[in-house]
Amino acid sequence: MSGAPGEAGAAAHLREPWSELETGPAAAFARQRDGATFGIWIFLASEVLFFAALFLIYTAYRIANPEAFAAAGRATNIVYGTLNTAILLTSSLTMAMAAQGAEKGLFRRLTLGCLAATAALGLAFLVVKGFEYREDIEKHLVPGAHFALRQAPAQIFFGFYWLVTVVHAIHLGIGIGLVTRLLVKGWRDPDVLTENPQVEVTALYWHLVDLVWVFLYPMLYLPGRAG
Amino acid sequence: MSAPVAASPTGLADRDELDLGLPPSYLADGHGVGSWLLTTDHKRIAILYAVTITLFFFLGGAAATLVRLELFTPEADIVRADTYNKLFTLHGVVMVWFFLIPSIPNTLGNFLLPLMIGARDVAFPKLNLVSWYLNVGGGLLAVAALLAGGVDTGWTFYVPYSTVFSNGWVSLTVLGVFTTGFSSIATGVNFIATIHMLRAPGLSWFRLPLFVWAMYTTSLMFVLATPVLAVTLLLVFAERSFGLPIFDPARGGDPVLFQHLFWFYSHPAVYIMILPAMGVISELITCFARRRIFGYTFMVYALVAIAVIGFFTWGHHMFTSGMSSYAALVFSFLSFIVAVPSAIKVFNWTGTLYRGQVGFESPMLYALGFVGLFTLGGLTGLFLASIPVDVHVQDTYFVVAHFHYIMVGASVSAYFGGLHFWWPKITGRMYPETWARFAAILMFFGFNLTFFPQFIAGYLGMPRRYHVYPPEFQVWNVLSSSGAAVLAVAYLMPLGYLTWSLLFGERARNNPWDASGLEWRTSSPPPRDNFFGAPRVQGGPYSYHPEGVAPIHDQPRIPAQGSLT
Ligand code: HEM
Ligand SMILES: [Cu+2]
Repeated sequence: MSGAPGEAGAAAHLREPWSELETGPAAAFARQRDGATFGIWIFLASEVLFFAALFLIYTAYRIANPEAFAAAGRATNIVYGTLNTAILLTSSLTMAMAAQGAEKGLFRRLTLGCLAATAALGLAFLVVKGFEYREDIEKHLVPGAHFALRQAPAQIFFGFYWLVTVVHAIHLGIGIGLVTRLLVKGWRDPDVLTENPQVEVTALYWHLVDLVWVFLYPMLYLPGRAG
Repeated sequence: MSAPVAASPTGLADRDELDLGLPPSYLADGHGVGSWLLTTDHKRIAILYAVTITLFFFLGGAAATLVRLELFTPEADIVRADTYNKLFTLHGVVMVWFFLIPSIPNTLGNFLLPLMIGARDVAFPKLNLVSWYLNVGGGLLAVAALLAGGVDTGWTFYVPYSTVFSNGWVSLTVLGVFTTGFSSIATGVNFIATIHMLRAPGLSWFRLPLFVWAMYTTSLMFVLATPVLAVTLLLVFAERSFGLPIFDPARGGDPVLFQHLFWFYSHPAVYIMILPAMGVISELITCFARRRIFGYTFMVYALVAIAVIGFFTWGHHMFTSGMSSYAALVFSFLSFIVAVPSAIKVFNWTGTLYRGQVGFESPMLYALGFVGLFTLGGLTGLFLASIPVDVHVQDTYFVVAHFHYIMVGASVSAYFGGLHFWWPKITGRMYPETWARFAAILMFFGFNLTFFPQFIAGYLGMPRRYHVYPPEFQVWNVLSSSGAAVLAVAYLMPLGYLTWSLLFGERARNNPWDASGLEWRTSSPPPRDNFFGAPRVQGGPYSYHPEGVAPIHDQPRIPAQGSLT
């Protein structure tokens, strides 16, 4: 296995332009890792504004149409929604374990197992979502001429619902792709994950997608259900 | 004029003359299409961007030409109303998203940022290339929409017209702009990480050249504003293509919400367009006045203040769309406040000139033009920030003139100034200085002739976005269209002589302007790895002669380089 921390990773993952830094390879590699993490944090800040704009729209319309939103919220399927919340939260746990394992270069099989579990849980979320979509369509919850609910603004709720869940699913799909990529790489060469900055980058992205769902769950499934 | 002898052996750009075993320049390092299209060299990516935005500039320019031609007379002469709408939409969309926003950051910024901070490349070289492909991909979608029949919504895509009524190719165009937005975000992430992580030893934050600060603040806006545009356009797309009701008032939606979101991006976007220009101008003015920048820290804080306050003034675009009078008051006040740091910058540039040894090389002519035009554009912005005036001139040519003074008069001048200034470094060639000065002066006069009359026409009440107008406005429109012809010549000239210089221009020395920046401390053009050895920074930027000190007359002043002979 590796000697001093950073050396093994530096040998395997040090890249331009970081490799040209006037420090030893281990320090340069530490900087490269910091750079990768920093970069993804900036990108996540951008994503936060992306979703914040959507949440703002939701908030504005919900304040304007409280009753219609409560009625629409009651029409969603809370069983699927809750199940999916549990699935995603578990996937964050496995993702975090994989990231920790990879960083230390320990428990390689466990790391790979956790990555596989993360990707599988992501897929499970999409499958459940698929069933939910089918039911939504059957219950005429697609905005349009045959919309099931009486109140007009309930259509806005469901317009938002479809848009935001699809956008979230696309994000999740990208996440599954990234995790699977790490899994395949790690499968072929068990050393490749050790200290690899891509693991932490992927993990941070995964957690954000998860966190967005944590906001979406009460927004979409809980209105009108209290009391 | 004879070619000046290079000061040091490494200054020889022509490596055949004296083989010192130096690495080849980035231009010579790899040939063939693949070496360009798959490059991760920030300098080559800058060139890729330069090529594509030049194409878009002339595409947008062609549309503007047709618009100005149509407006020569009050009647409809060459196009019908529908075509006219498509022309100004095409013009706005292309000029804003495919030319001006990527212009300085992605060409000069990509090229210079690593050089200025002594780095070998940007933090994520592959992402940098991806950003170019996203930009081109978005551009192609927009051009496809144009070829398929065009869009008539205006560059603002206001709902419900864009989602419910328009018959144009709105979805395709919106998708194109959406895609190119991610190119901006990628650039922003990359630049911020680069500036944070890759500064050379000794280069502390307050030793950074103002151009780097400008790139930094611009990148912040890229990262924090563009996603909101992305969402807004996605909603337009979803509503139009899938019938999801979001903004449709017939189904309870609120079109004003769209405007809030759109301008939450698009007001910061005007600072995305002007902050890089301010960065360029600070480099130019110091170099050609041979003076340190007046009030460096103020200049830095002004950039930061503009970037921050710029996020809170979007409402001034909506005074007439229906908002509470308290909200209008706050937005009006904040819009006045954001003018303060801009004014500080103008004062400091002027202060830098004071007692400088001002030279009138072509980049400096562009820079001086910038200061004048930016001041006029900024001051008329204050008119528009005051609600009573805005209500009068909203949607008139006054607004068109105002934003062209900022976006074209200021930003495009700065782009051209920067292009001329760093041309020797980028290409290793000198351009014919006389031609360049002539073009710079012509651009200034052409610009004013085109757009100043529009202030008057607008103030008198001529509305924008119509292809016909009452005859009493004709005199202003004839002036404006004639100016546009002059301007077109002034824009085409650099295309000619800069291209000429690539083939026949004199070889450039390493530092033809005797500028102080780190980017000049390498060969022209630089090698793939940017520097010969690892740079270390020992002092602040702009080591020209300091404030309060009389000019040193033997300060080396290099005569304008290059000639047609
Ligand atoms: C980078 C350069 C430029 C940018 C960013 C730019 C941007 C814009 C934008 C955003 C609009 C509004 C379009 C709309 O209403 O949807 C516009 C309109 C217009 N532009 Fe430009 N422009 C540029 C250069 C020029 C030049 C060089 C000319 C001169 C020939 C010009 C002439 C016009 C005219 C006449 C209109 C008004 C159309 C109308 O409202 O009827 N523009 N421009
Ligand atoms: Cu604004």
